[in-house]
Amino acid sequence: MPEDLAESLSRFNLFADLGRPQLEAIADPEWEHQFSDGERVLRRGMSGAGFYVILDGEASVQIGGDELNRLRPGDFFGEVSTLLRAEPTADVVASGPLRCLEIPGPKLEAFLLDYPRVMFRMLQTEARRLQEALEWRS
Amino acid sequence: MAELNARPFPPGEYPVVVVGSGPGGLQTGYFLSRLGIEHALISRDEAPGGMFRSFPIYQRLLSWTKPDAPFEPGTREYEWYDHNSLVAEDPQHRAAIVPFMDRSYMVPSRPEMEQGLAAFAENAGVPVRYGCTWESTRRDDDGALVLTTSDGEYRCTAAVFALGVTDPWKSPIPGIEDVPHYAEACAAREYEQKRVFVIGKRNSGFELADGLLPWARQVFLGSPRPVATSVIALSSVRVRYLQPYEDAGLGGGTFALDVALERIERTASGYRVVGSGTTREGPLDLDVDEVIAATGFATPLRDLTELGVRTVAQGRIPALTPYWESEAGSGIYFAGNATQGAAGLKKHGIGASSAAVHGFRYNARVMVRHLAETHLGADPRRERVEYGDLASYLLREATRAPELWAQKSYLARVVGADGATDVLPLADWLDHPTTGSRAIAVEMNAEGEIYPTAYVERGGEVREHVLPPHHLNDYTGEEHVRELRSVL
Repeated sequence: MPEDLAESLSRFNLFADLGRPQLEAIADPEWEHQFSDGERVLRRGMSGAGFYVILDGEASVQIGGDELNRLRPGDFFGEVSTLLRAEPTADVVASGPLRCLEIPGPKLEAFLLDYPRVMFRMLQTEARRLQEALEWRS
Repeated sequence: MAELNARPFPPGEYPVVVVGSGPGGLQTGYFLSRLGIEHALISRDEAPGGMFRSFPIYQRLLSWTKPDAPFEPGTREYEWYDHNSLVAEDPQHRAAIVPFMDRSYMVPSRPEMEQGLAAFAENAGVPVRYGCTWESTRRDDDGALVLTTSDGEYRCTAAVFALGVTDPWKSPIPGIEDVPHYAEACAAREYEQKRVFVIGKRNSGFELADGLLPWARQVFLGSPRPVATSVIALSSVRVRYLQPYEDAGLGGGTFALDVALERIERTASGYRVVGSGTTREGPLDLDVDEVIAATGFATPLRDLTELGVRTVAQGRIPALTPYWESEAGSGIYFAGNATQGAAGLKKHGIGASSAAVHGFRYNARVMVRHLAETHLGADPRRERVEYGDLASYLLREATRAPELWAQKSYLARVVGADGATDVLPLADWLDHPTTGSRAIAVEMNAEGEIYPTAYVERGGEVREHVLPPHHLNDYTGEEHVRELRSVL
């Protein structure tokens, strides 16, 4: 029996403030996706992408085949293109079997407004990423 | 004994073995035969039809077949209006459900669907070894797959499992073991004067609610996630969903509750359902006479997980490559409803139609061609398109091709640099485009606007070109041709 999806989500920082009923409401089995090694999850320049949280496995952020970053369980991606309604600027590729929760792009806004504590933690992560980028520049 | 010997496909060695005689298995067997690929098609059932031999439980499908339509039955375009018949190359084998419909409704009844599938198997010549139960699976040292059945062993290079998503599945709620599953629900009249709690707000939950409306005193539907009525209003399932919803809206006997259930307790007169609200927080306890678990079904994978088949949806659906293989090169393929395990791009959150006949019948054709090429070294014939005609050809396909309309952003018409054309899974082609190839898909955005999208390979990169919609969905006009030519 595979691990309960709500249980998987409860371990991640992003969803740490949610109770069991809310986690169950988020854990839609139709939002769970499995990708094979080398399969692209996010495609540079393609419209209509979604927001992803890694449940199991690793993914590689790439431009033109060069790896920029590696993502692990609990990490999320796709929020920038979804929030700005723009095409992703990089590919995200499964490295080995990858299991993700996908929140479809058009549903992200309502999702974040329904769960403001998730939005706050997402904002914290974005702030940390911005801080790291600024430190790297200075 | 003579009769037994007359059964086709005795145990032995075959390039391909297909398991299942529902729509997915029959469609796969059909296309294998058309490509001239030797195979065995086996089924534990005694007759064709698969799940439609017993479900839907209240005997009426959700998906429509419109006997009278702008195009004649037997044409390719008619497939748009007939979501239930299997597809065929020979026009006389198409639209097989239509002659059985009594037209009391534009969705077939279960027996009409079953008769139509049997007629297809008979008329299109899809032989099946019935009464042959697949029991276990192993991989031999030489890589061959071996299926042990009630009739003996089948060895093959590739196996296609068209098992349906048919094993009753219950979500892990304490006490749910005492509750009957949808598959065990009684005739609607048995619920007369009762308060019934249905766990689940998907197809089977709403089918029960719809069936119970004339009988039960009160119906509660409960699950953690809210129902997206705006999405349902545009889909074929509205027939079942919206009637109980109207009852709820008018203050009637139906409630659709967003609730996470903690447990189900037996009481002297029935059940107590204990939970917490999700969309609206707070405790939600109800005393009812009956509870039915409409919590869905799982693919009966048996021992396939031991051969490396991974799953999604809490173990219910096999996780598949874009060509519906469990792992590229494994030779373990799926057909039918389980092809929803290859999610595709889901652009703008719009999913494929692979869980329904009108989606997976096209997946079968693409899968069989891929299987034949990659595992058996076959070279299926492809039509060629003249370069000068390319834009018009692609736009004609976007306007007319039923597979592109049924499988939006999922199946694409691809034309190679040499003009050879095929229908392929868009996700895979985007990751592995051949040099100079182009593709077109029909797509839909979150606002429900439908439009064609062209994809052009150049220097290893694919560029997307979203084309404008058209008020009659006709993309063959000068405006579209000019715009597409400029990007090709």
